[in-house]
Amino acid sequence: MNSIVRYFKGLMLLELIRGLRLTGRYLFSRKVTLQYPEDKTPISNRFRGLHALRRYPNGEERCIACKLCEAVCPALAITIESEMREDGTRRTTRYDIDLTKCIFCGYCEESCPVDSIVETHVFEYHGEERGDLYMTKEKLLAVGDKYEKQIAAARKQDSAYR
Amino acid sequence: MTDTVNIEINGITLEVPRGSMLIEAADNAGITIPRFCYHKKLSVAANCRMCLVEVEKAPKPLPACATPVTDGMKVQTRSPMALEAQKSVMEFLLINHPLDCPICDQGGECELQDIAMGFGGDVSRFAEKKRVVREKNIGPLIATDMTRCIHCTRCVRFGQEIAGIREMGATGRGEHTEIGTYVEITVDSEMSGNVIDLCPVGALTSKPYRYSGRPWENQQHNSIAPHDCVGSNIVVETRRNQVMRVLPRENESINETWLSDRDRFSYTALNSEQRLTAPMIKQGNSWRTVDWETALAYAVEGLQRAKQVGGADKLGALCSSSATTEEMYLLQKLLRGLGSPNIDHRLRQIDFADQDVEPMFPWLGQSIVDLENLDAALLIGSNVRKDQPLVAHRLRKAALKGGKIMFVNALGYEFNFPVAEQLVASPIGMVKELAAVCKALTAMNGAQVPAELAALLSNVEPHDSHLTIAKHLATADNAAVLIGTQAMGQAELSVIRALANAVAQYSNAKLGYLSPGANSTGAYLSGCLPHRGPAGEKTAPGLHAQEMLNQAMTGMVLLQVEPEFDCADPMAAVKNLQAADFVVCLNAFVTDTMKSYADVLLPVSAFTETPGTYVNVEGLWQSFPAAVKPEAESRPAWKVLRVMGNLFKLSGFDYMSSEEVRDQCHNQASSIVAAARSEWHSGVKMPQAGQQMIRIGYLPIYAVDSLTRRAAPLQNTRDAVGIALHINSATLQTTKLGNEAQGMVTQQSAKATMPIVQNESIPDHCVMVATGVAGSEQLGISYGPVELSKS
Repeated sequence: MNSIVRYFKGLMLLELIRGLRLTGRYLFSRKVTLQYPEDKTPISNRFRGLHALRRYPNGEERCIACKLCEAVCPALAITIESEMREDGTRRTTRYDIDLTKCIFCGYCEESCPVDSIVETHVFEYHGEERGDLYMTKEKLLAVGDKYEKQIAAARKQDSAYR
Repeated sequence: MTDTVNIEINGITLEVPRGSMLIEAADNAGITIPRFCYHKKLSVAANCRMCLVEVEKAPKPLPACATPVTDGMKVQTRSPMALEAQKSVMEFLLINHPLDCPICDQGGECELQDIAMGFGGDVSRFAEKKRVVREKNIGPLIATDMTRCIHCTRCVRFGQEIAGIREMGATGRGEHTEIGTYVEITVDSEMSGNVIDLCPVGALTSKPYRYSGRPWENQQHNSIAPHDCVGSNIVVETRRNQVMRVLPRENESINETWLSDRDRFSYTALNSEQRLTAPMIKQGNSWRTVDWETALAYAVEGLQRAKQVGGADKLGALCSSSATTEEMYLLQKLLRGLGSPNIDHRLRQIDFADQDVEPMFPWLGQSIVDLENLDAALLIGSNVRKDQPLVAHRLRKAALKGGKIMFVNALGYEFNFPVAEQLVASPIGMVKELAAVCKALTAMNGAQVPAELAALLSNVEPHDSHLTIAKHLATADNAAVLIGTQAMGQAELSVIRALANAVAQYSNAKLGYLSPGANSTGAYLSGCLPHRGPAGEKTAPGLHAQEMLNQAMTGMVLLQVEPEFDCADPMAAVKNLQAADFVVCLNAFVTDTMKSYADVLLPVSAFTETPGTYVNVEGLWQSFPAAVKPEAESRPAWKVLRVMGNLFKLSGFDYMSSEEVRDQCHNQASSIVAAARSEWHSGVKMPQAGQQMIRIGYLPIYAVDSLTRRAAPLQNTRDAVGIALHINSATLQTTKLGNEAQGMVTQQSAKATMPIVQNESIPDHCVMVATGVAGSEQLGISYGPVELSKS
């Protein structure tokens, strides 16, 4: 009996129609696949991407070489050397983050008393040589300068919870 | 009454000495009580109130630092009442304390931070304005941020009680209290760096170390201070193979908790631009950087050729008195292996007449702690406060207890303790003063004196001050006669030594030495002498330092010596080294002068880069490991000497470690018995004063060795004197110089022009021109006749 029912169902292409119905539903529903890199997923303002060193609006670098980020870094990716600058302030002479060591935990950002070291929303970067992923102070400040608007906006958005 | 009482702290019963304070009892039992103003080496001020504890039957919490223990006392340090009191005090202390921990150098080792974490509240209720105190400049060593000060007054008390000069003080009341120097002056104590350790907050921090690191990044290495014969225990802190700073290590029997500035800040010279980084050889007139094999082969070949040309008698070696014992031992072994006894470390000594009868090594005659208990001490030719600051600290304690500290000096020095008597006379006059003291003593106790001594004493007449000194020495139960570092460089050393021995003998005092450099004792024990071998055995006498430098030798080895600054007669030394056939320099630094006479430059590790042993003036052997790797291509000197021994094919140079060298040296030296006093010996002659002006070649505190001379922060202090012609006004009138600003000093062929400074502490017919400072290399012998003329 069952075999006869199966035979007629098959003859009427019921399974095919059912399958095409599913296909048709997805054909006309809202698409979830993004056309990366043209399209991008929205990301949280707490996203932890490429690091940056920020400046104050007057152009002065924020970092005061307290070395808390270096101390807290679980991957030992940060290396800092400091000195007294000519104007008597405490400044870094070297601020390096080895991105090949970094685990993007965000502790550096959290420990920073002056909001200097931050993690931006940038995650599309690459290095063609090993040394390219070794971020120096100049590189980090350049990242900060480039994305300052975005960084400031993210911080403002999150300020109520910090 | 027993000497102890029973008390109970937190339920633990303790038996503590009567009269001690609660906080001492708790500290000894390992019970933590927070404190800021209390320090075990300073008087009790009880002004921070942090140590409040609950005492049974007391209505209010009591400060543990100012509450003496009584029998049956019951104390709670962690009860609600005590904790509440501590928390409240903490809140008050933080009212005016800036929250700038991220930029504060004390961050991470801050007592205020730690105690706030342990005993403070978690939020601040203070919303008003904080006070700000203006920045003060108190010199090149200490950085100030007085806004951070919590007025514990440890630095003030340190100045009064330990350094002996009231340099800092508190002005104003209440919130307007400020700690500072009384007038706008720098802090000049030779121990001033200790306030950096004492300050519980970041108000006083180290200027050379400023903003360069964090305490948690540094590795600690125990070591021994390399600049004076005290052998202070230190901690060398390093980071990424770089010395970051030097701190004292507590050793009650040597340096207590203190450290002199010289030991604390000399590390700054390690990064000097003059560091020698690779071996160099001289070919023709140009210098070429080579590898170690080439340089060592060249050095060995050159010395062998020099030996063939001039014979072993014309080979010599000089080493610094701050080299390690291992280096000294290997150097003498190398030279003696080559058949030459010409080896010496006594570079500033001029008078070697009594070297055969001098003691086996310059011993203090007692332990450093014993100095505190002296009833009377006579120091001869010593500016002990600058020469050995920590010995001066012990003598200061003795003086404050009523001990009579007396001096016979060639210059009038200032001391930070009561001085019972200071006789200032020309170098030859000093001998007469000593003879007069000796005569006063012998007259007092009617002792039989050897005929020769009697003859020596016959034409001196003791005055009141001599009689006072003699009386103090003779009546004291515990007296000492100490021969100081400055006297060791004088041209009359043998007579001074003989008379000091006689004074010690007739007053029944201990005789002691305050030897130059960090390791004079080690040099004597390791046989780094021309007349004695490693076990102190007499050998056929070789040439001593002055003889080696007053003739052209064929081959010379210099270990960490800069003859133009380290030797008694820089002019002759450099001239004769330039005339020598072959000179091998093992040094951490290189100068143009060195290049003018050397043929091979071998870079050896400076202090902190080499393991070694210093023997301090008590005869205590203290070994230390290397704290960092040697700079660039430099190697520890003991390794270089060991390889040179191998290349010369000498036997007994197969050491695997510096400990092996030390153990061998120590074994040989173990038969030597410490004894500083010696009997009267014949041949002592009274020096005769001539008509000429005499130079006093004072050795300033920051000119003693190549490291201190290159330490920029120390060279910026007021103690770092430049070259100048110091003369008293009466003597100045007798010269042609009159009112000139500059004068020319001539010593035979050596001439130098320098500013004239009128200084009434200089004896008549003498001039003081320091040695070891820039400019002194143009001059001749440090104690000898000079001529003055217009520039």
